[in-house]
Amino acid sequence: MAEAAIFQGLSWNLLADLRELFTYPFMVNALEAGTIVAVMAGVTGWFMVLRRQTFAGHTLSVIAFPGAAAASLAGLPLAVGYFGFCGLGALALAGIAGSRRSLSAESAAIGSLQALALALGFLFVSLYHGVLNGLDSLLFGTFLGITTQQVTVLLVVAATAVALVAIAARPLFFASVDADVARAGGVPVRLLGFGFLLVLGLSVAETSQITGALLVFALLVTPAATAHQLTSRPMLGITLSVALALAVTWLGLALAYFSIYPVGFYVTSLSFGLYLLVRLTRALASRRRTTGRLALEGA
Amino acid sequence: MFAHEFMRNALIAGSFVGLACGLVGWFVVLRAQVFAGDALSHVAFTGALAAAVLGFNILAGLFVVTILGGIVMGILGDKARADDVTIGSLFAWTLGLGVLFLSIFTTQDSAGNGTAGVRVLFGSIFGLSTADVRISVVLATLAGALLLAIARPLLFASLDTAVAAAQGVPVRPLGLGFLALLGLVAAQATQAVGALLLLGLLAAPAGAAHRLTANPYRGLLLSALFAVGSIWIGLTLSYVFPTLPPSSMIIAAAVGIYVLAITTTTTVSPRALWLRLANGNVA
Repeated sequence: MAEAAIFQGLSWNLLADLRELFTYPFMVNALEAGTIVAVMAGVTGWFMVLRRQTFAGHTLSVIAFPGAAAASLAGLPLAVGYFGFCGLGALALAGIAGSRRSLSAESAAIGSLQALALALGFLFVSLYHGVLNGLDSLLFGTFLGITTQQVTVLLVVAATAVALVAIAARPLFFASVDADVARAGGVPVRLLGFGFLLVLGLSVAETSQITGALLVFALLVTPAATAHQLTSRPMLGITLSVALALAVTWLGLALAYFSIYPVGFYVTSLSFGLYLLVRLTRALASRRRTTGRLALEGA
Repeated sequence: MFAHEFMRNALIAGSFVGLACGLVGWFVVLRAQVFAGDALSHVAFTGALAAAVLGFNILAGLFVVTILGGIVMGILGDKARADDVTIGSLFAWTLGLGVLFLSIFTTQDSAGNGTAGVRVLFGSIFGLSTADVRISVVLATLAGALLLAIARPLLFASLDTAVAAAQGVPVRPLGLGFLALLGLVAAQATQAVGALLLLGLLAAPAGAAHRLTANPYRGLLLSALFAVGSIWIGLTLSYVFPTLPPSSMIIAAAVGIYVLAITTTTTVSPRALWLRLANGNVA
């Protein structure tokens, strides 16, 4: 946040402020990366919420952390650790989901997997003494330190992930809404479930390089949850989810630029605020509907 | 090993943390609420940092925020069960707040103490004072007693919500109370084993116990035994090999027990399992 000292904060001229936002290359990179990540998170997050795999999604984002720590311990590029561990995590989670035991057994298994990931991450970090200063950025990300090359990598990965989801969208939707009927209809439910977790792992691995292992989750879950509250139509829902993710990312970045507080705080607060607002409006509307109906019946 | 005071403190506090986590964890797994425990451990992290930034007593902040977090999750969720999407959204926001407080905390601290957040997250069980131990013991006992007091109706409500509600069991208050209790345990464990590693003590010993027996009393006992055992194994390992951090070793022990429980109760031979996997049939 050394750069923050140079800026004068928000002036009264909004247009000039906006123009200022785009004059710094690091800011342009952050906006581009944020846009790419938001689109991908909006799409995969919508399916994650539909499939009720939020816990699995969070576990994948935690697995990114030991991945990065292991890579720095072994002297490999961080991306290798992120993608390698998230891929393995997706495999393990697919195995847990595939065993089709009770809900509580699944919950315990995912929790244990995540705890193990954390323990490994902390072990790697303490074995590799040098990284401890970087641990915060490993966990919480460096949104404003993205290079142009990273943006290109992001774009390629995101395009792959979104394309994969788009190709499988129809059967995936079918399998997520009613697995039994889909299976009877010849849809490869298990394969789709595994494939989806892999794509989710891919998105998480990529996003965590920017937002940090902990905050990936914010872009995946909250805009998608808000979209699901607003509509149950798939195309509209996915579009909404992407739009919301984009809006909170852009606003969050701009707000963080003009203040001293971190991007992650703004992005999560904006999206949670929206989510609460939507839920509150829905709750009030449904109450009004029931009281209205009661009044009608009374009359 | 017992000659060192820090080791004695760690063992006593750890045993009580393990006891509370094991007992509550059994119900957490039964109700499939491990994700809520996961989220609450992060709420604890944010609460502690918030208290540190605002200048309140860290311990008080930790407990108030975490218990409130549990109650909010219950209120937002359907039937006080807190569905995963609600937990996830609240969770993400908590993380964002945590980042905010962490950044304020690190800029406030002129020494640039970037490891503060790390310590809250991963705990420092070897750095407990006698006062910390006393707090741990009192709170773990309180949590255990509260849980045993509501154990019977909670068990009923968890196994069959609809029938329990029809029988006049207050399902919703029980669910809320349980989440608040989970918050208490999360906060209590946070000061000893750290916010992030609480999850392992909640999920793994209880998961193993559920795997081994369906009897609730035997299950609760096993779960508590496994959790306390993991603490002891982990601490001993970390004492013998000082480069290995105690939190990691405790979780490794807990997950080890869990994996052992699964492999001993799996009746299928590895070869048959492999053949089934190869044929794409995992069920």
